[in-house]
Amino acid sequence: MARPPTKEAPALLVEGVCAGYRGNRHALDDICFCVERGERVAVIGPNGAGKSTLFKTIVGVLPVSRGSITIFGADTHSSHSNIGYVPQQNAIDWTFPASVFDVVMMGRSRHIGWFRWPSRDDRAVVRDILEHLSLADLAERQIGELSGGQRQRVFIARAMAQDTRVMVLDEPFSGVDQTAEQEIIDTLDILTKHDITLLISTHHLGNPALHVDKILILRQRVMQFGRPEEALTPAHLREAFGSAIPMMAHADDLLMFQVDQEKRRGRGDS
Amino acid sequence: MEILELLNEPLGYAFIRRGLLALALVGGVSAVVGCFVVVRGMSFFGDALAHSILPGVALSYTVGGGYVASNLFLGGLGAGILSALIIAWLTRRMEVKEDSAIAIVFVTMFALGIAIISTQRSYAADLTHILFGSINGISQGELYMVAGMGAVVVGLIVLLYKEFLIISFDLSLAHSLRLPVEPLRILLLALIAVTIVASLQAVGIALMLALLITPAATARLLVKRLHHMIAIASLLGIVSGLVGFYASYYLDVPSGACIVLTTSVIFGLVFLLQSSWNRLRDGR
Repeated sequence: MARPPTKEAPALLVEGVCAGYRGNRHALDDICFCVERGERVAVIGPNGAGKSTLFKTIVGVLPVSRGSITIFGADTHSSHSNIGYVPQQNAIDWTFPASVFDVVMMGRSRHIGWFRWPSRDDRAVVRDILEHLSLADLAERQIGELSGGQRQRVFIARAMAQDTRVMVLDEPFSGVDQTAEQEIIDTLDILTKHDITLLISTHHLGNPALHVDKILILRQRVMQFGRPEEALTPAHLREAFGSAIPMMAHADDLLMFQVDQEKRRGRGDS
Repeated sequence: MEILELLNEPLGYAFIRRGLLALALVGGVSAVVGCFVVVRGMSFFGDALAHSILPGVALSYTVGGGYVASNLFLGGLGAGILSALIIAWLTRRMEVKEDSAIAIVFVTMFALGIAIISTQRSYAADLTHILFGSINGISQGELYMVAGMGAVVVGLIVLLYKEFLIISFDLSLAHSLRLPVEPLRILLLALIAVTIVASLQAVGIALMLALLITPAATARLLVKRLHHMIAIASLLGIVSGLVGFYASYYLDVPSGACIVLTTSVIFGLVFLLQSSWNRLRDGR
C-alpha cells in the first residue's frame, strides 16, 4: 500500500505535466500547481484551453506523457480510489438501464473487491450518501428521469462513494438552470464541509454564491494560479482569452461577458 | 390433458429431449450476453462476429471430416477471435472507421467460408445446416459442451458483473478506479464469441443476432436496471427456446427459425402492449 497521507503532503500536486490525445499531442504543456487539503480551485480558460484534458489526465483517463501527479504524496498510478471524477454530462448515456442507486454503487466497486457483489455494508454506505445529498427519494429512479441538477449530484454522490478526498468536476454548471446551479453549489458546500479538495472547471464564476479559494487560468499551460483577486485581473484575462474580450473595469463583468460568449457559441468542449 | 400430451409426445426420444434442453440453454445464455451487446450498442459487431466464424467452421467441417462438434466449436472460435483481432488492428490508428472495418472483415470472412464449403459435394445441405442451424441429432457430448460453455459464460458475467457494468456505462470511472479496462473489454468480446459458437448448432450463423438482441431489447422495455434486464432477458430466452422447440416439432420448421420467430412475437407483443399502456396512462 501507499504511504499513509501526511499533513505535509499537499492534496494534489501536479508537477511539469505534459499530456495530450490523438490529434493534439500537446494539449497540456508543463502544467505545475499545488492544491492544499480542503481547498477549492476553479479552472477557467477559453474553449480548447485543455480544461477537460487536464482533468482527464489527473483522473487517469488520459496518460501523462511527462511529469507527475501526486495525491497526498502518493503517485496517482498506485492509489486508485482517491480521486473522484464527475464527467461532463454530455459524456454519459442517460438512457442506460441503471438506477441512481446503481450508479452510486459503481463508486464502491474497488471497496467491494473482485468477483464480489455489494454487501449489506456497501448498501448502507450508498444509502447514507444518498441521504446526505438529499437524493434518497430518487434512489430507484432511472438516471434519465432526473433533472440537470439531480444528475450532477448523483455523479458527485458516486465520487463520494469512492471515499474520495480529491474530487474533480468537469463543467458541473454547464447546461443547468439557476435552481440546479444553486442545488449543485449547496452540494459542493457539503463536500467542503467534509474536507474534500475540489477542482472545478467552469464558465460560471459570475455566481456570487460560488466561493473558490484559488483560480487557475489555463491555456495549454498555467497562465495564472492564485487567489481570485490576484488571478482575475483584466490584464490576465485578456492574456488568456485574447483580444475578443474588451477591457472592462470589473473581473466579474469580464467573466460574465465570457459566459455570454460561450452561450452564443453553444456548449463547446474544451 | 390434451396439452400435456402434446407437450409430452416429443419427449419420448432421448435425442429430442436433448434438443429441447439445448435450445432452452442457448436461448437463456445468449440473452444474458445479449444484454451487454444491447446496452453497449454493439449489435452490428455481434452480427459480424457471428458471420465471420463461417470460415473456421467450414474448415473444420471439410478438413475434420464432417460434423464433429468439438472441431466446429474450435474452428468457429478461432475464426471469431481472428476477425476481432483484425478489426482491432485495422482501427488502431483510426485510419479506418470501426463500422467500416467490421463490415469489411465480416463479408470477407463470410465469403471465404462459402468458398471453402463450396469445395464439398454436399455443399448446399452443409451450408444450410451451418447458416440456419439444426438441433435434431445433437449428441449427449455436444449438449454437455453447450452446457459447459454456457456455464462458463454466465459464471464469468456473474463474477465480473459490476466491472462489466462500469466499462459499459462510463469508461472514465473505469479508468479513474484503475480497472484493467482493455482486458475486461476483450474478455467481454470473447464471451460474446463463445456464446455465438455455442449457439451455432441450434440457430445457425444467420439467425444468431436475434437470439442476442431480441430478448434483451424486450427486457429493456420492461425494466430499468441492468441486472433486472438480464434476469428477464434470460427468462425470455429460455421460454423462446422451449416454445420454438415445440413449434419446430409440430410445424416441421427448422428450430432456428422457430426460436427466432418466437422471440420476435414476444418483442412485438410487449412493444405494442407497452405503447398502448403508455398512451392510456398519458390520456392520449
